[in-house]
This record gives sequence, C-alpha cells and structure tokens, in this order.
Amino acid sequence: MSLDDVLDIISALLVLVGAFLTLAAGVGLVRFPDALARLHAATKPQVLGLIAIVIAVAIEARSWQVLLTLIPVLLFQVLLAPIAAQMVGRAAYRTDNYRADLSLVDDLAADVERATSDAERANVDTDRTDRDDRA
Amino acid sequence: MSDGNGNGNGTVAVGSAVDAGDLHPSVPSDRRTYWEQAPLFVVLVILWMLLWGNISWLNLATGAVLAVVVMRFFYLPPIQLSGRTNPLWFVAFLGQFLFELTIASFQVAAQALLGRRDVKNSIIAVQLRTRSDIVLTLTAIAMSLMPGSYALDVDRRRSIIYFHALNTRDADGVQAVRDAALKTERMLVRAFGSSADLRSIR
Amino acid sequence: MTVTLGVLYITIGVLFTGGALAALYRIVVGPSLLDRLIASDVLLTTLILVVGAEMVYNGHERSIPMMLVLAATAVLSTIAVARYASGQGTRTKEGS
Repeated sequence: MSLDDVLDIISALLVLVGAFLTLAAGVGLVRFPDALARLHAATKPQVLGLIAIVIAVAIEARSWQVLLTLIPVLLFQVLLAPIAAQMVGRAAYRTDNYRADLSLVDDLAADVERATSDAERANVDTDRTDRDDRA
Repeated sequence: MSDGNGNGNGTVAVGSAVDAGDLHPSVPSDRRTYWEQAPLFVVLVILWMLLWGNISWLNLATGAVLAVVVMRFFYLPPIQLSGRTNPLWFVAFLGQFLFELTIASFQVAAQALLGRRDVKNSIIAVQLRTRSDIVLTLTAIAMSLMPGSYALDVDRRRSIIYFHALNTRDADGVQAVRDAALKTERMLVRAFGSSADLRSIR
Repeated sequence: MTVTLGVLYITIGVLFTGGALAALYRIVVGPSLLDRLIASDVLLTTLILVVGAEMVYNGHERSIPMMLVLAATAVLSTIAVARYASGQGTRTKEGS
C-alpha cells in the first residue's frame, strides 16, 4: 500500500464525514420540533462538513495552493452561517414561529415585550423602530 | 495578523447587518478614518489573492485598485479596533474553536439521529463584560458554532447576547451555556481586546 | 483497494442523498416560510459539499470557482428573505 493509496483513503474518509454530517443536518431538520431548534441543525454540522471536504479536496490534489484557494470558502461559511442563523432565528422568534411549550427558560420574552410596548406607547411604527432600537 | 483582520472584515458586515441603528455617524471625513479602514483594505487585498490562488504583483495591483473601489462604493461604518492584538491567544482560541466545533457538530448529529423529539430548549441572556463591538460579534459567531448554542439576538448597547440552547434539561444546562459564553469572551479579549476590557475580565 | 474505495463512495452517495431528501421534505412540508428558508439553506450547503466530493472522487480541481461563488452567495438570499419575513409581521403560531 503506497502513500498515494493512504492519502486516497484519508480523503475518502473525510468526504464520508462530510456526507454523514449532511445526513445528520437533514435528519435534524425533519425531527427537531420548531424553527429555532432546526437552526442548530443548519449551522454546526454543515460548517464542519465543509471543513472536512475542503481538506479532502486539498489532499486529493496534493496541493497547498488548492487549500489556500479554498480558505475563502471556509471563511464565508464560518462567518456567514451564524449571521444567517441569527437573522432567521430573530425573524422566527418575532413572528412566533416557535413552540413556547418546549422552552425551559426564555430570557428574551420579557425584553421583547418591554421594547414593543415602549414603541407602541410612543405611537410609532412598531416593527421598524422596535427592531432598529433593540439591534 | 491577517487572520485576526479576516474576522474583522466579517465583523463590519455583521455590524451593519445586525445594527440597523446608527450608533457610528457614518461620515468619512478626516484622514483618521482612512487609517481606521486600513485593516479592511489589507484584508480585501489578501482575499483577492486567495481567490486567485497565487501571489503576484499583478494580483497585488488589481487587488489594491478593487479594494479601493469596494471601500468607496460599499461604505461601511469603521469598526473600533483596540489597537492591541495577541497572536498567541488568537491561535489558542482558534484551536479551542475547532475542537469545540467538532464536538458541537457530532453532538447535534447525535441529537438529530438518536435524541427525543420534544427536547426542552432555552433562550438565555448572557451579560458580557466587554464594550467592544468586535469582541461582542466574534463571541456571538464563535458561540453559534460551539456546542449547544447559537446567538439569537444581540443587545449591543447593554452588551447582552441572547443564546438559543438546544436540549437544556435543567438549570445546570443553562448555567453551562453562560459559562461557555463568558469563557469564549475571555479568550477573545485576551486575543484582541482593549486593556480596559482586559482589566474587566479579571 | 479499489473495492474498498468503491464501497466507501457508494455509502457517501447514499448519505448525501438522504440529507438532501430530508431537506427537500422540510421544504415541501414547511410549515412556515422560515422553515423552508432554513431547509433551502441546508440544501444549498449540501450542494457545495457534493461539488467538493465530486472533485475528490474524480480527482480534479475545476469546480473550485463554483464552490467559491456558491459559498459567497448562499447566505445572501437567506438574509434577504429573513429580513423580509420578519418585516411582514405574520403571526402564525406553529401547532404541535
């Protein structure tokens, strides 16, 4: 078994890890109870899966240059996946797309309530100012 | 250096996406604003060279021109850098981050494949001690990829991040998320917080 | 040797397909716009991973620009729709 074979198997195993995490993310999407929980499945496994695949591509190409070219892909995902999760989660929370009966602690409820009533008292467009104010 | 600023680049984007409220008056007036944007310029040029996959004078020149164009036409409020970086702590943070990301991914995978359907979740407010936008944003991003939590909402004026935590069975689980957030904040402040922040975490 | 790799890649294909189908199921079933948004984001990331996996399987690097473009633009649509969704203020409480 030559070094090439070993490297081939390692990169195939890394792809396997990525594929497994993709499946887990999909199953999480189906099985988790509400949108807020599904966001967990959409962020973490996918980022690690992408890291695994990127390393696999670089190993398969046997090239550092390929790895460097793929670093922006990782950067985009690592930085943007949490941002997307935050935007979607925020929208889901504010449009009541979650199951309150499943929450143990909810520190946000009181704060959103207060900010909303403040805005209504000021008799302005609730949605806009509330969001900008609390951002 | 480049890595630290790589995150700084993202922070600008987050800051503008999350904070629609205008705390920084966005007037690019004096010479100092140009210097404050220098890290962003460097990051844009490095990103350009990474995209092409090689380093040459032509890439450097076109990258510099494009960076200026981008910064002119897609103006973002400058971020306040503390002027202090500690690469060693940043590397330590990156190592910790990769380790936690791996655990987090398989934990979510296990929860998805084997866990019960009706898990108890929590939304937890964590009061951070830092006043810096960068540390606040990076803490939110890092925690979103760490086990059990992602940032759901941010109160920038009071430095509070609201985390959504999966499968918190009791008060201990909630406390664990708080501790993890404060630990992440501490590592990031050591890496590039101001000296005032450094004092406040002790 | 090649047999091992072949079995490995068949498993990989099955896993990817399962993940993509699960995301598709969530897109079809919903129930809310945001659930579909999350699922389509996962589907797009799955696509990026599959493009990468194909490069490993066939041993070339020609699809890297595609991965770059997908990774850079994948999140934009999510963010745009999420902003729109929180602005419309539809209060649809999800049933159990």
